[in-house]
Formats: sequence, C-alpha cells, structure tokens
Amino acid sequence: MPPVPRLALSAIAGIRNRTHTTLSARLKSYRQATLTVLGLVLLLTACGQEYPQSTLAPLSDASQEIQDLFVSIFWWAVVVFVVVEGLLIVAVVRFRDRGDGKTPKPVHGHTLMEIGWTLAPAVILVMIAVPTIRSVWILDLPSPDPDALEIEVIGHQWWWEFRYPEQGIVTANELHVPVGRTVSVSLESADVIHSFWFPRAAGKRDVVPGHRNELWFKVDSAGTYPGACAEFCGESHALMLMRLVAEDTQDFEAWVQRMREPSVEPATQLAREGRDVFLGSACIACHTIEGTTAQAAVGPDLTHVGSRRTIAAGVLENTPEEMARWLRAPEAVKPGVLMPNQNLTEEQIEKLVAYLSSLQ
Amino acid sequence: MSEAVGTMDAEYTSTGLPNRKMAMWAFIGSECMLFGSLIINYLINHRRNLQGPYPEELLNIPFITVTTFVLLMSSLMMVLAFTAVERGDMKWGKVWLLMTAVFGLIFLGGQVYEFNHFYHEGLGLSTNLFGASFFILTGFHGAHVAVGVIWLLSLFVLASMGKLTQENALTVEITGLYWHFVDVVWIVLFVLIYLMS
Amino acid sequence: MATTEAHVPEGRTKEPSLYGGGLWSWVTTVDHKRIGILYGATALFFFLVGGLEALLIRYQLASAGNSAISADFYNQLFTMHGTTMVFLAIMPLNVAFFNYIVPLQIGARDVAFPRLNAFSYWLFLFGGLYLNASFIFGGAPDAGWFGYANLTSTRFSPGIRIDFWVIGLQLLGVSSLAGGINFVITILNMRAPGMKLMRMPLFTWMTLVTSFILVIAFPIITVGLVLLMFDRLFGTAFFNPAGGGDVVLWQHFFWLFGHPEVYIMILPAMGIISEVIPTFSRKPLFGYPVVVYSGILIAFLGFGVWAHHMFSVGLGPIADSVFSATTMLIAIPTGVKIFNWIATMWGGSIRIKTSFLFAIGFVAMFIIGGLSGVMHSSAAADLQQTDTYFVVAHIHYVLFGGAMLGIFSGIYYWFPKVTGRMMSEGLGQLQFWFMMIAFNITFFPMHFLGLLGMPRRTFTYQSGLGFEDMNLMATVGAFLLGASVLLFLFNLLRSLRHGAPASADPWGGSTLEWAVPSPPLHCNFPTLPRVEHRDVLWTQPGVAKTLEGSCEGVHMPSPSLWPLILAFGITVLAVGALPPVPLPVVFVGVAIVVVSFYGWALQPVDH
Repeated sequence: MPPVPRLALSAIAGIRNRTHTTLSARLKSYRQATLTVLGLVLLLTACGQEYPQSTLAPLSDASQEIQDLFVSIFWWAVVVFVVVEGLLIVAVVRFRDRGDGKTPKPVHGHTLMEIGWTLAPAVILVMIAVPTIRSVWILDLPSPDPDALEIEVIGHQWWWEFRYPEQGIVTANELHVPVGRTVSVSLESADVIHSFWFPRAAGKRDVVPGHRNELWFKVDSAGTYPGACAEFCGESHALMLMRLVAEDTQDFEAWVQRMREPSVEPATQLAREGRDVFLGSACIACHTIEGTTAQAAVGPDLTHVGSRRTIAAGVLENTPEEMARWLRAPEAVKPGVLMPNQNLTEEQIEKLVAYLSSLQ
Repeated sequence: MSEAVGTMDAEYTSTGLPNRKMAMWAFIGSECMLFGSLIINYLINHRRNLQGPYPEELLNIPFITVTTFVLLMSSLMMVLAFTAVERGDMKWGKVWLLMTAVFGLIFLGGQVYEFNHFYHEGLGLSTNLFGASFFILTGFHGAHVAVGVIWLLSLFVLASMGKLTQENALTVEITGLYWHFVDVVWIVLFVLIYLMS
Repeated sequence: MATTEAHVPEGRTKEPSLYGGGLWSWVTTVDHKRIGILYGATALFFFLVGGLEALLIRYQLASAGNSAISADFYNQLFTMHGTTMVFLAIMPLNVAFFNYIVPLQIGARDVAFPRLNAFSYWLFLFGGLYLNASFIFGGAPDAGWFGYANLTSTRFSPGIRIDFWVIGLQLLGVSSLAGGINFVITILNMRAPGMKLMRMPLFTWMTLVTSFILVIAFPIITVGLVLLMFDRLFGTAFFNPAGGGDVVLWQHFFWLFGHPEVYIMILPAMGIISEVIPTFSRKPLFGYPVVVYSGILIAFLGFGVWAHHMFSVGLGPIADSVFSATTMLIAIPTGVKIFNWIATMWGGSIRIKTSFLFAIGFVAMFIIGGLSGVMHSSAAADLQQTDTYFVVAHIHYVLFGGAMLGIFSGIYYWFPKVTGRMMSEGLGQLQFWFMMIAFNITFFPMHFLGLLGMPRRTFTYQSGLGFEDMNLMATVGAFLLGASVLLFLFNLLRSLRHGAPASADPWGGSTLEWAVPSPPLHCNFPTLPRVEHRDVLWTQPGVAKTLEGSCEGVHMPSPSLWPLILAFGITVLAVGALPPVPLPVVFVGVAIVVVSFYGWALQPVDH
C-alpha cells in the first residue's frame, strides 16, 4: 500500500486504539499518532513529484506566501487540537462513573475560566488574523513589479484562452511563462464563472463574466505543471484542465518567436491534404490557423497546436492516436463539449491528424 | 376564534401578548427581510441600464404622492375600524373596514395605471434592470396590498353576516398590524424610488 | 409502535395508543408529537436518498478516469446530494426534535399553532417529492446546491432542471419560515408558569435561536430565488451580465442566507448534546448562561461572515480582510461552548451510553471541522483551499461529524420517550464505533486530497496526480459508513418492536420531558407544571408526581385536513409554474390555495 494511506490509516488506528487502554498507554499511542500525522504532512510537503498539483509544494512567490501562512495556521491548529481533544479524552476517561452511587458536586460555572477560555482562542486568532491580513493586502493587490509580463486569460466552457498582448500571441490551454519574471494575469470569462488555478504557482482566482480579475506570480523553477478550473462550470468542468510551462528566459523567448510566426507550411502530402480537409469543413467556423483562411475565434487557436503537450484542454496527451480519438468523437472525450462531431471518415481523420500535428 | 384552546388556560401566555399577535410581529420581521432584500436589489440595479427608459424619464412624483396619501389615509381608517370594533360599534367597524379596503383599491388602481403607463412608454419587465427591479419591488408590494384588501373585504363580509363581533377585536388589530406594515413599506419605497430618484 | 407494555407511572389512566387511530388520523393530525414523528421518518428516508447519492458519487470517484457514471448524471447527483442533505435531511431531522421535544420541555401541551405546524410538515414532504420528481422529468437540478449564476441561466441550463430547483426550494422555504415563526411564538409564549427564559432547557434555547435565524434568513434566499426565477421565466437580467446584471449578486444573496443556514443546521445539534452531556455526567451544564449567550452571539455573527464563501471571487482586500476577521471572531463563541461541554464532564460521574458516545463524538469531530474552518477563515490561505476537497472535508466534519452525530445522539436519547422502548445499547455502541471509524476513513483523506490539488464538484480526476489511493480509501469508508447507517436502521426498527420497555426517565434527565410517561399522554400534561429552577427534575424532586393524571377534560386542538390541502394547493401552483406545464394548472393551484385559506381561517381550532 502506498505510503500516504498507510500512514493515514495507522494514524487513525493509533487514535482509535486510545480509548481501550490505560491513560499512560493512551498518551503514548497519542504521541505516536501525532508523530505519524506530522510525518505525513512533511512527506506531502516535500512531494511535488508524486503530487504535481499540490498546494504544499510552492514554486512561486505567491504560492510561497500562502504556504508560509498556511503552515503557521496549521501549527496553531495542531496545538489547539492536541489540547482540546486531549482535555476531552481525559475528561471522559477520568470521570467515569465509579459505581459508588455518589452524585457529583454540581458546578454551575466559573467566571474566570470562562474569561480565560474566551481570551485564549481570541489571542490565537489574532496571531492568525494579522499575518492573514498582511497576506491579503499583498495577494489581492496588483503586483508591484512594473516589469511584469501581462497575459490575458479568457475562460470558456471548457477550455482556456491565453493572449499575450505585448507579444501578439494567442494560444490555448498551455500557459508558457518565463522563470524568474513576474507574470500578471488578467481573468475574464466568455460564458460562466470559472476559476483559474495552478496550485503550485498561485492561489486560485475566479474568472467571472462581467468582471475582470487579476492574479500574479513569479515562478522560480522550470518545469511543466498541471492546473485546472476550480469553479463548477457545467458538464465538463472536471475536464477543463491546463498546463503551466515555466521556462528559462531563453527558452521562453524562443517559444514566443515561434508562436508569433504563422502556421508552418505542411511538409508532407498527407499533411497538405489534411489542410484541405480542415479548410473545407466546418472547422473554420470556430478555429483560427494563422496564415490560412481559418480566422474564427469561437474555439481554441490551432496555429501551433502540434507543439502543445496536451489537447482538449489538458485532458489528452498530444499524440496522433489521442488526436484521432478527439476528432472522431469529441463528445465522448468531453461530455457536453461545444465542438460538434463532424462525422469524419477515418481517412479524413488521418489527414487532419497529420496536418494538425505538423503545426508546431 | 380562540388560539389558545387546549394548550393552556385560554388567555395565559408567558409574555402577556396573545400568540397570534406575536406571530404577526414575527411574520412582519420576516417580511422586513423580504422587502429589505428586494429594496437592496432595486438600489443596486436600478441604474445598471444598458438602455432606457430611465427612472427620471418615467417616475411621476405628483401622481404617486396622491396615491401615497390615499394609502396613508387608509391606515387611518384601519385604526378607526379597530377602535370601533374594540368598543363594540360594529356599524362603524364595518364602514371603516370597507373604507380601508376601498382606499387600498384606489391605491392599487393607481399602481395599475402607473404600470400601464410605464409599459406604454416602453418599460417592460425585461427591458432593462430598472424595469425589472422596479416592477418586482412594487409588484410584490402591490400583491401584499391586494392580499390585505381581500382580507379586509372578507372581514367586512363576516361582520355583515354577524360573524365578526367585538370578541374578534384581536383579529382586527392583527389585520391592522399587517396593513400598517404594508403602508410603512410603501413610505420607504416612495422615498427610495421616487423622492430619491 | 406499541405502548401498552411501557412502564407507566402509577395512577395513569388507560388511554388509546398515542400513535394508533389509522391513516386518516395521521393525515389530519395537528399533534406536535405525531408531526415530530412524521418529520423524523420522512427526513430519515431522505437521508437515505442523499446517502445513496453519496455512494454513487464515491463509486464513480473510486478510480481515476472512471466512466461508471456519466458527467451529466454525476452533476445531478452531487447537486441533489447537497440539496437533499441540507434541506430534506438535516433540517427536518432538527425540526423533528423541535416538534416532539420542545413543548414537553417547556411544559406546554402543543405548539402555538398546531395546524400551521402540520402545514409545515406537509409542505416539506411535497417540496421534497417535487424536487426529486425532477429525476424522472428531464433530470434533476445539476448546477450545485448553491446554484451559481450565470450557469443557472436558461442559456447555460436549458430545460427545467433548474426550475425544479428554484421553485422546489421556495416551497421548502415557506415550510421552514412557517415553522420558524411557530417555534418562536411557542417558546416565547407558552412556557409553563415559572419557566423564565434562563430556566429553559438548553435544547429549547437553541431551538429558539435557530427559529429566529430561520425567520430572518429565509426571506433572503426567497428573494434570490424569485429574482433567478424571473431571469429564467420572464427574461429579466438580474444575474445576466449580457443584460447589465451581476452574477456575483447571486452569490451575495445565496450566502447571506447560506451561512446562517449552516448555523440552522448545527445549533440544534449543539442543543441536543447540551442536554445529553449533563445527563450522562450527572452534572448540570457548566456555564449555562455562557452557552446560551454563545448561541445567540453565533446567530448574530452568522449574518456577518457570508463572503468567506467568496474569497476567490475578487471582492478586494478590504472585504477579504473584514470577512476573515468576522469569521475568526465567530470561532470564539463556538470554542467557548466546547470548553463548557468539557467542563460539564469534568468532575462528573459519566455513564457511557450510546447517546453519550455520540455526543462526545460530536465534540471530537466538530473540533476537527472547526479547526479546518479556521484555516478557511484566512482569506489568503483559502485561495488554495476553497473549491477543493479540503472544503469537502471541512463541511462533512461539521455536518456529519457535527450535526448528524448530534442527531444520532438525540435519537438514542429520546427514543425511549417517543416510543416507550429502549434501543439496544450493544447494537448502538457497535454502530457508534463502526460509524466513527468509517466516517474518518471517508473524510479525513479529503483534507489531503484538497491540499494536494483536487478540485471539488468534478465527476472524474486525472491519473498521475496522486489522487487515486485516497479516493479509493474514501470510497471504501463511504460504503462502510453506509453500512453503519443500515446498522442504525436495524437497531431502530428492531427496537420499535422488541425494545425493552422504557420508564418515564431511563437516563436520570433533568428536564420536563422526563417527568411524563413514555410515550407521553396525548395532552402531555394533565396539569401544567410549576417551575422554580433550571434542571427542574434535579432541583424539584417530586415534580413528576404533580403531573400525574389523565387527559380527561383537557381540550386539545382538533385534527384538520386544511394544512394538507393548502400545502397541496401550493404544490399544484408550483407544478403549474414549470414552463412546460399549461398555465391553467397555476390557476387551479391558486384556487385550491384560496379555498384552503378560507377553510382554515373559518375552521375553529377546537371543532
């Protein structure tokens, strides 16, 4: 059994075992349980690889800000948990009916104690409130960095549109950002409420129709990280995913250059035929491929779709098989998807896949 | 109609207030939240218009001042109705009950006229947010007045049949509470919608 | 439910079985005890429905990329699971206790408005059926129990699923509002002589506070629902950005109601354990006035925290800071209650009975739920937690670990009073431990799932994110939890037939309901008690003797069919309001409503 559930189960078992043993044995197993829980937390905190979408493995200044705050609140919670649950357990165990028929002395209250256990939590909450408000004023306001890279995010059912106004780029579902430079993201919706969430890069921010929200973060190490929509937005909300590709400045600039160019001329006959299929079918009603007559903006921009790691908004690996699967029946991959099934023949699909895969 | 039958000695309550009167106050409390929410909605939305007609074009303060006055007068008549029934004067009780209802109807007539006028000026329910929030807010109020009018007329009929007597003064008092509340809500609406437009 | 073998105090006259009389007597009943049982049975039924929905959800989520349940059906399931558990299970279970227990606790023979009470029940039943009928008429509501605009607009939710939701909730709202008014008046006005407010049992206090919240909060959601209904049916644009409206306005309306709603769900359970813990500790509640004032404070403050559900919406730093602060503030009276419960046990003489186990289970689990709540209260930290399984963990710790365990505590506590029989202690304790373990296996991993990045309200999740094992564990736990509920039902049903006869006061309680027979006489108190102190049975021994006698000569409110007819008429109106239904149905509904208003008003209470 993988480490996480094993530890969790033993923690739970440790806590459960408490109530059937003597007080000292109980305290011992209680300590054991606490240690396993702590170990669990530390383990999880370290595991960015095993948990690529973890909020506990921050990669940016924004997510680190939240992590630091969360950890401090967590430890206060642990203290309160240990003290209060401990008192509860002790009370239940120590004051069991001894069977001696004696009625306990009625105690109706104790003003000093009431004040004490009102003030103590209040003090702890102040210790949580102050850093909270500090972080709120940092994270809720625009980035102070004048050199931030501006990206416009537009949420659609069920895909993400990314526009880089300064660079003149439009793409979808895969967000490239330079490492070590602040990215300032504006968030708008084309339809319903979504929520933009790359846990390792930042807390989430809702994408609200009729509103414009902002989010910023500066990623500190290169890599590809998964993200997701985090506000229920309809049938395929669970499949509105995305990828964050953080690259060193050189790689990022190279990517920008490539993205600015119009679509690659198809090199093979099959790909050329694929382009013909594309331009001759309803695809052009929704998609843009720069350098061709396809200039619609209903669905994702496909100019460089071949270069993306995933398609269908992070749901499918970008391989010929998966792309064929998507073209064959989009609604089978993404229930409710707005992309209609064109009833393409296998031949047409083969050609289209060749063409689209070539659009690097 | 004794409300305390079987539950306790007929008139005993812990607070001294009859159950039904207290219930009407609690109901009025919930109605305050209802109208409060509708009013907040109006205040937020009445200027979020993508197109006209706009409030200042349509709201006719002089006309509504008259109908407001009529509604205020109806509250006076409600008080007169209650005091008449309380002292056993069912003849005047009936008169004042009927007059309250009539004045309420005149007020409603004014509302219907105004709604009609707005509609012919191009303001429908879904034309813009002013229309939507205005009609829903004043519509809810009008519905409350209408229910009150039916209630008053029912009491009038019962009194005419001899089934409403001095013993039922509490019922008339509670009716009055409801009616006065509806009137107070209107005063608030008159100020917020008309005077502050 | 036989009563003849119940141990009865001496001098009790034989009278017909409290629960007999045939179907018609149940359909026309205005007796708070019967209405309490109706509420309880119906709510338990809906609890099972909601539980089934949960099991289907967990079944689908047991593995990544599972296709056992379609996305569309899954979205209906999680929407109905939330809606059912909140409105059709927990709330009416609370009301079942309000109904049965409060009049007995305050020394009254019924509630202030018995027919209104019956009306509340029938409208709840019809509302629940109305909501669930959607499954067979085009599909159940599928936009979440919180129904965020503009997903709920006709553009993004065509069909009538959301109309079922919008209208169904309004039915339930009227039912709850009527109940709230009824209990406010009952508790304020119908207490036995000498029962000052600060001598009332704590459960009655929490009922009073909850009833006030009901009266204040429900009109807010009613307005929100009306505005949404107008958007859908009549083309207004309150929540439609294309027409100038604001989707966030819906969230404000919803959560202004929605947050007080969670206190509606938890305060009664807190009231229950505030009875159970003193009884089984043989000590009065420590800090009674403080516990009362904390409840009142929680109710007030509960109206000031709503935007903590909106920390990721972008309200701005001022709003986020303020609502963080008010949310943290509300943790204080909550914590104070917990300390008072522990202090009650401290120095006591605790007898471990099932009811008491559930009460301390409540405290233990609520501490965890409360702590994760404090973590959410930090607006900045919440940006990672909100809309993830971390919240799912939090809500289930407070709503199942809190409210439901409190309700189970109350059921085991008051079952003898209601039925005249004892539930099986052995089965009960087994059920408790089984349930506690299963519950924690189900929901504890969700804390981790959330922090590791699993969003909520997702019909599936990708492999490779590390979510599989914990989801599988949660699914296993959920099915075990379901089994523990079945075990409970087995105990309940078996005890109804074969439970040992119960005395009037099997636990040594301190409140008035324990001074009357089990089950009570139909008039509750032949003569009304005179109360001098709090914890009446402990401070005024012999009070039970003064309450003996028969109900002969005591006039009780007569049964009536009008409450059911009015509830039915409103439901017909609600059916007529659905877009595909012909308009005349609305008029039929209105006609029934008008007729039943007059029928009810003109029918004397005692006929």
